[in-house]
Amino acid sequence: MIFSIAGKELRSMFSSPMGWIILALLQFIFGTFFLVGIDQYFQTMSGAIRPEQRQGVTEFVGHSVFSTASFIMLFAVPLLSMRLISEERKNQTLPFLFSAPLSLTDIVLGKFVGLVSFLSILIAFIGIMLSSLNLWSELDYGYLAGNLLGLWLLVASFSALGLFVSSLTQHPIVAAIITFVALFALMILDYFFASDPNSVLNTLSLFRHFEPFSRGLLDTRDFSYFMLFILTFLTLTVRRLDADRLRG
Amino acid sequence: MMDNVTVEVSALGRNYGNNAAVRDVSFSLRQGEVLGFLGPNGAGKSTTMKMLTGNLAPTFGSVKICGIDILEQPKEAKALIGYLPETPPLYKELTVDEMLALSARLHGVARGSVKKALQTAKERCGLTEMSGRLIDNLSKGYQQRVGIAQAIIHNPMVVILDEPTVGLDPIQIRDIRALIKELGGEHSVILSTHILPEVEMICDHVQIIHKGQLVFNGSIDVLKQQRHGNRLLLGLRNPPAREELLKLDDIIDVETAGEHLLRVRHADGAAPAEAIVQAAVNNNWGLYQINPDQTTLEEVFVQLTYQEV
Repeated sequence: MIFSIAGKELRSMFSSPMGWIILALLQFIFGTFFLVGIDQYFQTMSGAIRPEQRQGVTEFVGHSVFSTASFIMLFAVPLLSMRLISEERKNQTLPFLFSAPLSLTDIVLGKFVGLVSFLSILIAFIGIMLSSLNLWSELDYGYLAGNLLGLWLLVASFSALGLFVSSLTQHPIVAAIITFVALFALMILDYFFASDPNSVLNTLSLFRHFEPFSRGLLDTRDFSYFMLFILTFLTLTVRRLDADRLRG
Repeated sequence: MMDNVTVEVSALGRNYGNNAAVRDVSFSLRQGEVLGFLGPNGAGKSTTMKMLTGNLAPTFGSVKICGIDILEQPKEAKALIGYLPETPPLYKELTVDEMLALSARLHGVARGSVKKALQTAKERCGLTEMSGRLIDNLSKGYQQRVGIAQAIIHNPMVVILDEPTVGLDPIQIRDIRALIKELGGEHSVILSTHILPEVEMICDHVQIIHKGQLVFNGSIDVLKQQRHGNRLLLGLRNPPAREELLKLDDIIDVETAGEHLLRVRHADGAAPAEAIVQAAVNNNWGLYQINPDQTTLEEVFVQLTYQEV
């Protein structure tokens, strides 16, 4: 059931130019940063540099690609998540899902899985792109995997929030703007509270929890933060849809 | 076999704030019956249908589909229902086949039989040639048919259609009505409409809902009887005195209905037409017209829905 809905979402994504354009555009941007990263690597490393300052190619290029990717996704995810539920509301297609023998959890999970699988295509492409360096050098696959997992969790969290916001309104554009503002606020929270490193608000920042992954460090605290984030917003979405049924 | 109760609604009610949209609606429906839901705009037809299909939680009462309570076991109950809301819920970016396959899978049609279910539903709704077309590019009438096809694809026990013939051309309306009658053979069908002759044509049972309450609930024959009534309209060039007519057998009341026109009420089941004609010839009343004075279904409808006003 969940996969039928997810499949429908993927189909819808690819049946509009939006899906293809976003895929192509983002891949172009990531590719550019990848090339620039390699270029800079040769420039930096060919200069006189002390051995302890030397960085591996994975870390050098990877850092450039992954930090860009996490930032770009901030713009891309709201554009993709905006129409998930708001458009169904607008076109009055929600009764189709509500009168099928599905639970609300099935519906919400289906939509979430659909969006995340689309974004996973992008993440897989980044992985393949970086792995291509292995043709010329030895890669640090652990570092790569940590980053990919971190980016995937980050993107899944974005999607969960986007899905929830999309369930609040009838207008996709409104959903996109609210999602973007909310994500942006969560991303730069630690920036605002930089003067007070012990502030509780700091720990809510998405970037702060993404940062260890980008160093190749897997920490269960960060992992559970993302999981809780996703779970919270998916639950809120289910509650929001249930309110539709109760309040009409 | 025809005794299976498929829909059982008891004391169903729904409040929006302090405003009761539907109050105390109860009825039951057996397998093979077609129930027509009538009512003026805003009477609560769609609200009732939303509650029947689990799209809206009722404030009071319960809905049972084949004995399964829709609030307690929504998944099991919903699997037995096919629902077409007022606006056909179609994903415009999918083709007819994709849309119907999605509907079949979500309604639990086994993977192996999806193709067959698709074929049957398309044949029944006359969509076979539209298989590969995008729903967005179909006309309103064809979209409506896809809406009906997605509601019947899993062969549900109960089919609920909210104004299924709106926006169709006369030929399509005829096809859809034939389809609904055919569905009524094995499934139970509930449809709402405000086209009265449609109800007379395809429904076995009629419910008239007004301001959220059932004002009429019964077999279509009762409504028809009310319609045909027990009155005759007479056109006489030289009308006699009232008493002259009342002397004839079975005539209860006579009233003037216009110049040279008399409305005669007779006893139920009696047929005094022949006697009246005979008397008219004998007494030279100048009879030029005699016909049953039918109230139209519209009038019955108006009588039922506006009696309090």
